[in-house]
Amino acid sequence: MAEKTDIVKGTSLWKDAWRRLLKNKLATFGMCVMALMTLLVVFGPMVLSWMFGITPSAVPEDAALLKSLPPSGTNIMGTDELGRDLFARVLQGGRISLMVGVISTIVSLVVGVSYGAISGYLGGRIDNVMMRIVDIFYAIPYILIVIVLLEVFKGENTPSIITSLSEAFGGSGPLNQIFLLFFALGLVSWLTMARVVRGQVLSLKNQEFVLAAKATGVSTLGIIFKHIVPNTLGPVIVYATLTIPSVMLTEAFLSYLGMGVQAPYASWGSLAADGIKNIAIFPWQLIFPGVTMALTLFSLNFMGDGLRDALDPQTRKF
Amino acid sequence: MLQFIFKRLIVIIPMALVVVTVTWGLIRTAPGNFYSTEKKLPPAIEKNIKEKYGLDKPWYVQYGKLMGNIIRLDFGDSLKYEGQSVNEIIWRHLPYSATIGFLAYLVALLIGLTAGIIAALRQNSAFDYSSMALSMLGLSVPNFVLGPILVLIFALWLFWLPPARWGGVSSVVMPVITLAAVYAAYIARLTRAGMLEVLRSDYIRTARAKGLDEKTVLLKHALRGGIIPVVSFTGPALASLLAGTVVVERVFAIPGLGNIFIQSVLNRDEPLILGIVAFLSILVMIFNLIVDISYGYLDPRIRYE
Repeated sequence: MAEKTDIVKGTSLWKDAWRRLLKNKLATFGMCVMALMTLLVVFGPMVLSWMFGITPSAVPEDAALLKSLPPSGTNIMGTDELGRDLFARVLQGGRISLMVGVISTIVSLVVGVSYGAISGYLGGRIDNVMMRIVDIFYAIPYILIVIVLLEVFKGENTPSIITSLSEAFGGSGPLNQIFLLFFALGLVSWLTMARVVRGQVLSLKNQEFVLAAKATGVSTLGIIFKHIVPNTLGPVIVYATLTIPSVMLTEAFLSYLGMGVQAPYASWGSLAADGIKNIAIFPWQLIFPGVTMALTLFSLNFMGDGLRDALDPQTRKF
Repeated sequence: MLQFIFKRLIVIIPMALVVVTVTWGLIRTAPGNFYSTEKKLPPAIEKNIKEKYGLDKPWYVQYGKLMGNIIRLDFGDSLKYEGQSVNEIIWRHLPYSATIGFLAYLVALLIGLTAGIIAALRQNSAFDYSSMALSMLGLSVPNFVLGPILVLIFALWLFWLPPARWGGVSSVVMPVITLAAVYAAYIARLTRAGMLEVLRSDYIRTARAKGLDEKTVLLKHALRGGIIPVVSFTGPALASLLAGTVVVERVFAIPGLGNIFIQSVLNRDEPLILGIVAFLSILVMIFNLIVDISYGYLDPRIRYE
């Protein structure tokens, strides 16, 4: 009788990485919080208005003098200056804040990685010119570029890629402007990514596997994007997770200056900025949006950290 | 090496001109200008003003004059703050930003490097986890949330520190902490990641195999490679810190350069914008040059021809 043999299943790099990621408690915590936060932000406002009739824009009809109410049973995060429920507003603002993080980071990732990898791999004079261009953009304060991009591409000048994306989310004029902000933020946050990727490529391009790829006749672009870029994934993920909070912070900062997300839309940044004005009397108006934002960034950072440990074979723990 | 430094220093001047040109182009691309945001002026007065600032000339004449002035480091007068030269404004506000920025970076380096190195050496220890969790917190709390909360606790509740204004050591404490938090967190993470990677590399094994004592291996070999990410981060970080950080300046009412710059952008105050941008760009390029030079010293594998 033949013995029953176990079939050895091969594990892919990604399966392996996923297994390692789940072992990391902090990363798992981060993923759970982010999943919960996403669900809350996407479905929360609907549930809230269904079950309790609380909407982010409802202003109380009785003209009480003091509209900023502290947290209570009905308004678990209190109310804002106009008496609107802060919890509903935080949930709604979360949609914009999370979208800033995702869309702007994708834009910066695409631009930064391609730019840095090409510059580092080609080297020589091209590298020199490309890096000097990065230096120039480093030297120009990003806020100036953001403002100019927002001014130049506003209204009917908005590129169709942005308007169609905004329409996919059911938006029109005002939302187009917010999506334009996402792209503008992405287009000013790729510089560090480009420098980091270039640095990695510089030390990778002289290694044996690149020589092997060259010897087997892989094209230059193939070497860059198929052989070198995947090897920069570790630092790229670490920097991308630093980019997500940083674009979210930049958005918040622009909103704080009154140039970011405009009413009737809100983001965690603009809510916190509104709250700062009343910090001494109604501290919850800053604390709840601020803490929600901090918790989100905290979880995102842990996820990124866990991903790095999971994906980078060099830091693999046996 | 000297030749490399000299070459890069020479490049700074045309680079600064390019930066100013691009900025100037950006300002002119955006619709509107300084006068379009102000109250409508009578045509005769507007004509006189435009004549005074040379705004009636064609763009290439204006551009040529601008370049000529910038080479002489003369940015002219601010449009908004009449009768004050741009240089005057920059030098008046820079010291505040520079003081706070420099102190914040020192604090951040001290905390970040120490925490990062210890965390890397004791990977997966309690110190590693707690310091990395703390650094995550530092990265995650926006400074315009941290600042006001510090004010609320230490100024409004405990009365330990002044809530705002400039003067004396006590007024510097909260702004520096607010600014340093994020940078310390970045540095700690970068240091830890860099050190972990280096500690696994072959040249560290070789150093240990040669029989060097642990202290030499760590300080002379590992640290040099491990802090390269921190060094690349330092250039731009220091430049942006020295030039001021708007949020902290606003929260603590510090008359720094950052706030002046934002105001100038919002006001479309062209000479002031160009002056500050030129100043900043030179600063960033000098810091980047220092960073590039130090790469060569830190990692012998990186060479400049």
